[in-house]
Amino acid sequence: MYLENKNAMDKSTDYDVIVVGAGPAGLTAALYLSRAKVKTLVIDSGIAGGQTILTHEIANYPGIERISGYQLAHIMKKQAESFGTEIKINAEIERIVLDRRIKEIKLKKNENIYTAKAVIFSLGGRSRTIGATKEEYFKGKGISYCATCDGDFFTDKEIVVVGGGNSALEEAVSLTKYASKVTIVHQFDYFQAFPHAIEEAKKNTKINFMLNSRITAFNGDEKIESVDIENIKTKEITPFKTDGVFIFIGYLPNTELVEHALMLNEWKEIIVKSDMSTNVEGVYAAGDCINKKIRQVTTAVADGTVAALSAIEYVMNFKSK
Amino acid sequence: MLFTNLKHILTAQEHANILNENENVMVICGRMGPMCIPVYGIAEELEKQYPHVKFYDMEFDNPESHVIRNLPEVRSFMGIPFVIYYKNGKVVHATSSIQTKEQITSILDNVFGK
Ligand SMILES: Cc1cc2nc3c(=O)[nH]c(=O)nc-3n(C[C@H](O)[C@H](O)[C@H](O)COP(=O)(O)OP(=O)(O)OC[C@H]3O[C@@H](n4cnc5c(N)ncnc54)[C@H](O)[C@@H]3O)c2cc1C
Repeated sequence: MYLENKNAMDKSTDYDVIVVGAGPAGLTAALYLSRAKVKTLVIDSGIAGGQTILTHEIANYPGIERISGYQLAHIMKKQAESFGTEIKINAEIERIVLDRRIKEIKLKKNENIYTAKAVIFSLGGRSRTIGATKEEYFKGKGISYCATCDGDFFTDKEIVVVGGGNSALEEAVSLTKYASKVTIVHQFDYFQAFPHAIEEAKKNTKINFMLNSRITAFNGDEKIESVDIENIKTKEITPFKTDGVFIFIGYLPNTELVEHALMLNEWKEIIVKSDMSTNVEGVYAAGDCINKKIRQVTTAVADGTVAALSAIEYVMNFKSK
Repeated sequence: MLFTNLKHILTAQEHANILNENENVMVICGRMGPMCIPVYGIAEELEKQYPHVKFYDMEFDNPESHVIRNLPEVRSFMGIPFVIYYKNGKVVHATSSIQTKEQITSILDNVFGK
């Protein structure tokens, strides 16, 4: 009788812990959970790996000298699955209920209600877009968010790089391998990058700077021909001829799903305590979506570990509560 | 070499044969990079939901992929992957750069039916 029930449970949609987000934080949490025999489901709206699949090479993950982000993600996923984690990718969440003892998650185009005693949100972040007219239309037709992917399409062309942080300045320098001229458009009159990145960009003769400036529109027919650039101080807008625009203006946390359910800070990051618990009992958060300063794979996996161990303790004490 | 679970097209001849033999075909022409990997992943997932569509990939840096890179429909493309949707051997839709699952599903539904 006990065995029959157990088998029925295994096929059901009831879990001990559901992890939302299969980036490094979520996959690490899943690894710890399933290794502790906690029945775990990971749900991701995209594919497993999160932002690591946006990274051509990771050279600062201890123990592995160099690895592509894709490979690292693949290993992390395999490792979690080997201990029994189930992973649902390309699954969009329609509804979440967190304020009950048993949490519920309903996916789009799926009749099941997935339940769990605890939920870990490891939602990560995404590239910020400019939000100017026709940005989506010109994606792949002059607008790019990845220099290593698309740089060679701009050989001997004149391009714009938007942003003033490390990514923008480093990618601007790397794009000078292809482009004949790179203009960095940045909203402030100072850069937020490390001094060595600023120095590299400044000494590159192919790079020009337009500070206190922002793009307000992308123009062209089939592909980008020019952008409108506003001088933020004078408010003057001038058209600027360009063949392409690379955008590196930082990241936003993917917390829209939980913005009405969990406490967020002014930057829309989930507020957690040191054990990764949120303001809702049985709900934890980890990785780039929480209130913290350093966003790296190492910090994400550390958060995922802490969240999992806290969730395991919570699940163990669940019955006695 | 593309490390995906999709079927790979390696030569221009193979590409021609596939178009000859199948009514609905989607080909993702890309590299193992950040803008392409999510699109392969989505296609792998959608393969089961669209049994009436054949899904393939082809390596962008394979010289044989000129059959895709030289299509008039991709003339303005400046972002990989190039995704081409063929009906009865004719290009009916093409996209450049990363796409979301919703965008891909909506194109598949539109050009090939659910
Ligand atoms: C271009 C680039 C290069 C980088 N290089 C390095 C590097 O060299 N070294 C390093 O240590 N770090 C690097 N980073 C940072 C590192 O990738 C991140 O810090 C790390 O991936 C964060 O892990 P995470 O699990 O918190 O979030 P993410 O990796 O962002 O994963 C979050 C996951 O949650 C999913 N998700 C989001 N919303 C939902 C939802 N509503 N429902 C379901 N799923 C959802 C997403 O699809 C995603 O898979 C880089 C980042 C970028 C963008």
